[in-house]
Amino acid sequence: MSFLIGDGMTGGYGSADILHDCTIAVEKGEIAVIVGPNGAGKSTAMKAVFGMLPLRLGHVRLEGEDITALTPQARVAKGMAFVPQTQNVFTSLTVQENLEMGAYLRRDDIRGTMEQVFDLFPILGEKRRQPAGELSGGQRQQVAVGRALMTQPSVLMLDEPTAGVSPIVMDELFDRIIEVARTGIAILMVEQNARQALNIADRGYVLVQGENRYTDTGEALLANPDVRRSFLGG
Amino acid sequence: MVDILNALVLFSNFVLIPGLAYGAQLALGALGVTLIYAVLRFSNFAHGDLMAFGTMATILVTWWFQSMGISFGVLPTALLALPFGIAIAAVMSLFMDRAVYSFYRKKRAAPVTFVIASVGVMFILNGVVRLIIGPDDQRFADGERFIVRARDFEAWSGLSEGLALRSTQAITLVVAILIVIALFWFLNRTRMGKAMRAYSDNEDLALLSGIDPARVVMVTWIIAAALATIAGVLYGLDKSFKPFTYFQLLLPIFAAAIVGGIGNPVGAIAGGFVIAFSEVTVTYAYKRFLGHLLPENLAPDGLVQLLSTDYKFAVSFVILVVVLLFRPTGLFRGKVI
Repeated sequence: MSFLIGDGMTGGYGSADILHDCTIAVEKGEIAVIVGPNGAGKSTAMKAVFGMLPLRLGHVRLEGEDITALTPQARVAKGMAFVPQTQNVFTSLTVQENLEMGAYLRRDDIRGTMEQVFDLFPILGEKRRQPAGELSGGQRQQVAVGRALMTQPSVLMLDEPTAGVSPIVMDELFDRIIEVARTGIAILMVEQNARQALNIADRGYVLVQGENRYTDTGEALLANPDVRRSFLGG
Repeated sequence: MVDILNALVLFSNFVLIPGLAYGAQLALGALGVTLIYAVLRFSNFAHGDLMAFGTMATILVTWWFQSMGISFGVLPTALLALPFGIAIAAVMSLFMDRAVYSFYRKKRAAPVTFVIASVGVMFILNGVVRLIIGPDDQRFADGERFIVRARDFEAWSGLSEGLALRSTQAITLVVAILIVIALFWFLNRTRMGKAMRAYSDNEDLALLSGIDPARVVMVTWIIAAALATIAGVLYGLDKSFKPFTYFQLLLPIFAAAIVGGIGNPVGAIAGGFVIAFSEVTVTYAYKRFLGHLLPENLAPDGLVQLLSTDYKFAVSFVILVVVLLFRPTGLFRGKVI
């Protein structure tokens, strides 16, 4: 059984379903990537796993425990961390305050975790006293990921972490994400840059119209001629 | 030289000192408005009447203290009663939040709905205050009235103009400075203060970080009630307490918050002084001031008053309009919904 699984998720915002029997799972220390065309329900699937979408059918289980009925906040307390695609930092707060707010639920000493984040993203250490709103796009994404890591989560969920950053920054961000996964954290992410994302993925999900179309290792999906033709541009 | 000194003393006595005191009172009021706006995202029209309510509570406790023979020595007894007034105003604010605003928060109502609801709360508080203490003027200042008397100053300096410093003006400035330091320390250094700023900055992300919105809202109301009561008591000590005047204070307070950039605490303080000094300088009669400075044959015949004090509210209005036209985010870049 998977560490975190959204099993047979069906649901949507109004009367029409966006997800149809969609299953997403991720193991500890693994990177799972959700790719697919625009409007395939990638972000929606992610939100469903995090409890931001009402499910009509299906379950979400974390370490075997059914968490389908929990609010997103309660899931944070259970060790899940979510980085939204936009507005994912407190722009008027300094980098350090952003990280402190990430650890709001923790009552113990957070300095160690903060040092780990600064080791992972050295630029944040340099700019710890600067308001996050003054940073570049790539640096903001680092703040956003850092904030999420402050809870010492067991699952890190990223909604298009490389949206709007340059290719160099993207490569670097992916390197950091691999590093995070190596510490034993399960990583689930939605990506627009399908080819690069599948490159680092242990497991890939290709969604089309809210359904699982292909599910395999990242390598196998990259090698699959159908997937290449339809979703990766040849 | 003596003429210049006389002019300076005159100016300090009638413009600088009253302007500083009034500015500090407005700044405290505007801080409350700006805090509510930043965290709860609406303009609280009931703030003036919350000031009146808190001040009324403080006055009642002051009278009670006085009847028991408790006094604060040279300081006004009202300062002793202030914590009780704050507590009563905080309870009232939390009650109003529970009874009115929480309903709209649950429905995720638009900000304008909250504003209209706050007008309703304003009328309720308005009525409550008049029912309890009446619509008349109340003076509740006691203790030593002056720190520096005009006559003593004249005798000491040998100038023809006197400089008076009333104890209420000094108390206003000292208390305002202490409160502002405490507020900024709270917002920038404490866990709860940072959580309030985070919640104000990005509500969704604050929820994802586990910040409890109910607590943030509660603390915000308590602080706003404290700021309103302190501002109201200082104003009442300095001038007098009259419910209608407090209702009218809403305009300069909002002007101050908006001029500084609503939602920005630094802006609220700056805005308070901008509005206060504009009002005082525009409505001051410069006849004697110029009389000291100009040669005798050029001395003005008229009062040289730009605007009668009856029109002082026009000053706030004009500044408000100019700022909204040319810099809608205010001097210090507040938020715009």
